Amino acid sequence: MSATPTSRPVSAPAAEAALRKALASTPRPPRASALSAALTFGWRGMLKVKHVPEQLLDVTITPVMFVLMFTYLFGGAIAGSTGEYLDYILPGVLVMSVLFTTVYSGVALNTDVTKGVVDRFRSLPTWRPAPLVGALLGDSVRYLVAGTVITVLGLALGFRPGAGALGVVAAMALVIVFAFSLSWVFTTLGLLMRAPNAVMNAGFMGIFPLTFLSNVFVEPTTLPGPLEAFVNVNPISILTDASRGLMEGNAAGTDVAIVLATAAALTAVFAPLTTHLYRTRS
Amino acid sequence: MNAQAQFAIEATGLVKSFGETRAVDGVDLAVRRGSVYGVLGPNGAGKTTTVRMLATLLRPDAGSARVLGHDIVDDADAVRGLVSLTGQLASVDEDLTGRENLILLGRLLGLRRAAAKSRAAELLEAFGIADAAGRLVKHYSGGMRRRLDIAASIVVTPELMFLDEPTTGLDPRSRNQVWDIVRALVEGGTTILLCTQYLDEADQLADGIAVIDRGKVIAEGTPAQLKASVGSGALHVRLLEPDQRAEAERVLTEELGAVHLEPDPAALSASCADADRAAEAVAALARSGVAIANFSLGQPSLDEVFLALTGHPAEEQVPEDEIATEEQAA
Repeated sequence: MSATPTSRPVSAPAAEAALRKALASTPRPPRASALSAALTFGWRGMLKVKHVPEQLLDVTITPVMFVLMFTYLFGGAIAGSTGEYLDYILPGVLVMSVLFTTVYSGVALNTDVTKGVVDRFRSLPTWRPAPLVGALLGDSVRYLVAGTVITVLGLALGFRPGAGALGVVAAMALVIVFAFSLSWVFTTLGLLMRAPNAVMNAGFMGIFPLTFLSNVFVEPTTLPGPLEAFVNVNPISILTDASRGLMEGNAAGTDVAIVLATAAALTAVFAPLTTHLYRTRS
Repeated sequence: MNAQAQFAIEATGLVKSFGETRAVDGVDLAVRRGSVYGVLGPNGAGKTTTVRMLATLLRPDAGSARVLGHDIVDDADAVRGLVSLTGQLASVDEDLTGRENLILLGRLLGLRRAAAKSRAAELLEAFGIADAAGRLVKHYSGGMRRRLDIAASIVVTPELMFLDEPTTGLDPRSRNQVWDIVRALVEGGTTILLCTQYLDEADQLADGIAVIDRGKVIAEGTPAQLKASVGSGALHVRLLEPDQRAEAERVLTEELGAVHLEPDPAALSASCADADRAAEAVAALARSGVAIANFSLGQPSLDEVFLALTGHPAEEQVPEDEIATEEQAA
């Protein structure tokens, strides 16, 4: 009745041999390049979509509901006819649905932090921002899905963009570039907050009012003065104007320039901030 | 042999505070290459924080350390290239399958796609998780997950492995499997720093042990030295009849000395290191007509080690910030 377990479990010789072989020292390969590491993390993001495709429902159902509700409930009242309103609202909802998706970049990063996977990645000899850059690459797939769903829905409901397919692609590209820069804001948030749900709530608390206080749904000229002034300088309004313009073939160069400059500024501030928080996380 | 070649870890005066709390308060460690070194202590003693510093995940506030000859602050990247982490310290991705986790790490460590795939298959097979290779890790059992965790740490063989409480919460069979893997790794030449709450585990695996309490190393030595300093273990006896405990107490006091009456009215224990003396004591009990339900000779528990070394039991004193850190790491 000794309390010291001295007997070792009897392993089958074959299993034992397999274990020895697997444990035998393997030569260390040369380090992964920065690009290869980032792409590998992008692959990881896509695997998650593959395993849980339902997560795409979150980001597609809401915008679909908005398009249907606003077009058929309020379209007549707002724009005189549902068809005319659809032309107005569709590029706006495209912007909305892709920007909403960016919040999930922060949620995903926070999930990695709370579950401890980040520490495994941080302990690897890879290019340090690779997990962040790679995750954003993977997220671009979600942006594309969210954008495509809205565009296809619009076409089915009778939306006919003046600039054709090329215009739609150009608008989508601009929205995705802006989404990349905005997602750095949410990854920063994701590293500052304690739980994925908190990131989700805080993220939507910011992005939801910002989207509604823009020209996505209504003409700013119909709003009271101070509100109109705010809506006009809201970057989401300018992004929406630019996408409408690109889809119709009459985009103002200044709008596109302002969007790109805002995106550059957001990235310049929040990408280094995220990277710094990620590296020095305790 | 110079010091650099001899030691896998040399730490002097490591300090880390979270707010007001000194989680690690001047830890010195010297771990020889090719050995298993146990760091023993209760939750919140500073084990995890110490290891996180050595693994370059945390920057020390004071003190310095060299891991495999590289400074953990100035040369952190070189350290990362040689070590790997397990357990609470670094988890696997629950939302991927076991195979995907291993391929992911292989690719990140620089293996080409085909090599990463075949290495993943080899490890899954060797660790007995090939059947579950295509299942999401969140559906794994505790033992399978722990084995995957270790597999993930040796996709490319590390020179030094930080093994954090590898068997906490595992059933005895899974625990023995993990111990076998650790022994095989050491045979292959890997140095292991083992954090554990179980003296038993350190005794089974480690060549040397440091006991940590409240951020400081309070004792160091081989498992045998440590057990000797604690005064060994105890003979635990349970009687069939609680009425006979007074008689049993008299006999055991005569045979072994200090006897401790357990809360269970039919149980008592006496400190005893030696199996022969324990056997004699049990025989004496039988001769005096005391009916014994069962008995065992136990090693000192972590509690007893702590009581002997510090005068206080190993209560869970977890500073708040450490909780936050450990939760994040978990």
